[in-house]
Amino acid sequence: MSKVYLPVAPLTGADHPVQAIMAQVVLALVPATAFGLFLFGWPALYLFLTTVLSAVLFEAVCLKLAGKPASLFLLDGSALLTGWLLALSLPPWAPWWIGVTGAGLAIIVGKQIYGGIGQNLFNPAMLARVALLVSFPLEMTTWAQPAPLFSGQAPGLLQALGITFGGAGIDGFASATVIGHAKTELSQGKTLVEAFANGQFGLAGAWLGWIPGSLGETSALLVAVGGVWLLRKRIITWHIPVSLLATVAALATVFHLIDGDRYLGPLWHLGAGGVMLAAFFIATDYVTSPGSPKGQLIFGAGCGLLIFVIRTWGGFPEGVGFAVLLMNALTPVIDYYVRPRIYGRDYKGKPLKLPEGKE
Amino acid sequence: MVVLDINALWRRRSKIRGGVHPEPRKESTADKPIVTDFPLPERLYLPLQQHLGQPAEPVVRAGDKVLKGQLLAASRGAVSASVHASTSGTVAGIEEYPAPHPSGLPTPTIVLEPDGEDRWIEGAGEADPFSLTPEELCARVDQAGIVGLGGAAFPSAMKLNLGWRTRINTLIINGGECEPYLTCDDRLMRERAAEIVEGVRIMLHGLQCPTALIAIEDNKPEAYAAMLDAAKKHGRIEVVQVPSLYPMGWEKNLVTHLTGKEVPAGGRPTDVGVLLHNVATAYAVQRAVRYGRPLISRVVTVSGEAVEAPRNVEAPLGTLLSELLAFCGHKPERTARYVMGGPMMGDHLPHVQVPLVKRTSGILALTPEEIQAADARPCIRCGRCVSACPVGLLPLEMMTRIRAGQLDAAVSFGLRDCISCSSCSYVCPSRIPLVHYFKYASGELMARQQAQQKTEQTNRLAEEKRRRLERAKQAAAARKAQASAKEDAS
Repeated sequence: MSKVYLPVAPLTGADHPVQAIMAQVVLALVPATAFGLFLFGWPALYLFLTTVLSAVLFEAVCLKLAGKPASLFLLDGSALLTGWLLALSLPPWAPWWIGVTGAGLAIIVGKQIYGGIGQNLFNPAMLARVALLVSFPLEMTTWAQPAPLFSGQAPGLLQALGITFGGAGIDGFASATVIGHAKTELSQGKTLVEAFANGQFGLAGAWLGWIPGSLGETSALLVAVGGVWLLRKRIITWHIPVSLLATVAALATVFHLIDGDRYLGPLWHLGAGGVMLAAFFIATDYVTSPGSPKGQLIFGAGCGLLIFVIRTWGGFPEGVGFAVLLMNALTPVIDYYVRPRIYGRDYKGKPLKLPEGKE
Repeated sequence: MVVLDINALWRRRSKIRGGVHPEPRKESTADKPIVTDFPLPERLYLPLQQHLGQPAEPVVRAGDKVLKGQLLAASRGAVSASVHASTSGTVAGIEEYPAPHPSGLPTPTIVLEPDGEDRWIEGAGEADPFSLTPEELCARVDQAGIVGLGGAAFPSAMKLNLGWRTRINTLIINGGECEPYLTCDDRLMRERAAEIVEGVRIMLHGLQCPTALIAIEDNKPEAYAAMLDAAKKHGRIEVVQVPSLYPMGWEKNLVTHLTGKEVPAGGRPTDVGVLLHNVATAYAVQRAVRYGRPLISRVVTVSGEAVEAPRNVEAPLGTLLSELLAFCGHKPERTARYVMGGPMMGDHLPHVQVPLVKRTSGILALTPEEIQAADARPCIRCGRCVSACPVGLLPLEMMTRIRAGQLDAAVSFGLRDCISCSSCSYVCPSRIPLVHYFKYASGELMARQQAQQKTEQTNRLAEEKRRRLERAKQAAAARKAQASAKEDAS
């Protein structure tokens, strides 16, 4: 990197360094993360630390191999954020190697082989999540019951070590997610009313987060709080979250009204699974989403549509990862065709016509 | 008055796109009166080109005694502006002297040694400017060497005279001054509002235009009040507050915001019946027409953290910027960068031993803390540049194309519509000098175009030569045939 400053306008700069942006995104994730760590206890904390540390470590190694100044790029915080987001999307009691493999996939395959920060086509965290899900379906769909720290059913420090690092089973604690449960029951010919008859899942629990699920995705409310804060801080714009959530909600409403026995309602769709995290933190990833506001609306709506379609008719219970990756692939196309109107030109780029009476 | 009502309706509707809110940093100079007793420098340097278009043609020679306001170099060609003596004295020579330009390259310059008497030449003032015909008004503005003082330096007489007279229905006077630091227009409006308003009336008369809107950013309430007061007697002139947003002062932003009309790409505001002039230009027009005073001085903001007593100074054109800075308590050891104009669109100057010219609205001595120099990092595609662009471009996409050498692709993304306002570079968290890419690409495109023209010309000349030789050969052959035919016959 050149150390010679070419004197170009503007000659003063706004204070928006990349690190500050990453730091604020991380800060916005803290409530949901803290809640997840509390809800799922020590194993979740071990997995979280393992994932985040390996992400940073892989980033450092890659930068060294690429001959880039490690300090400059490591400090931008992007690897930390990628690892963090990945950890939040993992089953909280998954074994350590899930975290390490995922971090490697995210940083090496998802980011650095494209050329590092800003160059990747796919969201690294979602790429890793989907790759893990396809490669290790058992580990990636074994969900723990909520077992809050210091409560009776929570595993202690040492028992937790066994869960994360020792390969101890979690049979006694295993459960299904809301959406997974609904899908399984539906496939067995039951209606949704029957599926939720036992009262294991409540809508309030889904929004607050007192349900089995990914480490940091269970509390839709806390994720949304962080997301709204990011909006207020103008780190992200409203276009992607609003279009994504509105699309999911609209589709869910329509289908729920058509057949309430077969299709989950909009509140379930928004409150459960990774939709909130995707809407505010994943789909809004700068690098892999379109640059123009109109493109972002299309992108968000596309994500929402795919999420609903995969959840409802696809082979996997959760569609967030696939949906985001598919739309990531479309981003360059959207960016090419959907552009803002240039001043003095029409949408096709032709100069505006002069008003009548002027030649 | 129906026209005004329609304007007001539009004004509420048309929103400005993009834009940024740079720290204004105007407080250090905004409340201090313009300094009018700047001491005469020992030498004045007056470049022959202080405007867009053809350089002026000297009409004096070394050794000539000249009076203040006397013509030194006459405008030449359709687009040009005259240069006058800023004070009385002796022409020391016409030589090459560094220009106030980022390159610092020398340019033909008249050097004037003041005699200290500051004696005015007899000027042809006009007690009643409105008795003059529009043609006469234009001629006076032309003779006074007035150019756009907002920074573009386009000869003003041309803007009053291009056969647009019948087509202009709104004159917008730009008092936006959206660049940080600069307060020269603000002070001028506060202190000389009546003169500016008279200048606007003269312009209206010259253009035969029904209405004028004076646009002032809402961060200048005092200037707004002063102008409102000065204009209230004149129904054709409306003073309007516009939002403080950079680049509010971009002419097309003002046109759209104030009239609701959008200027077609590649066109000028006159295409939609609007003409823009800067407030300082209106003031200069008033001075020229009313008192016969040519443009020989201007108000300039001297500011920046490396200046101890920042303020606005009315100084003779040709004063070295270093002397202006020294007058205001400049600390060279604290200075990291000199800027002429505002920090967003102004020019970086390699040094300040260059003269004050007509378009110099400010001279800034900035400290390292103010410029916040940093390494450019990779683009993270955050899209802030897209939101900031007032034109509606995708700066990040253009930058990527230019980096890959795909200039045509960059053009398809709107490179030619870029106004170099620097909003994108300003908001970039990765500190990518986006505008630098765009300026480079534009220059490269121009170079390519020139190279192509040259090739075409060469080919054409070669072809002509070939044809000429061919014709000569044929003629020779014909002559030979004729001669041999004659021989045969005899």
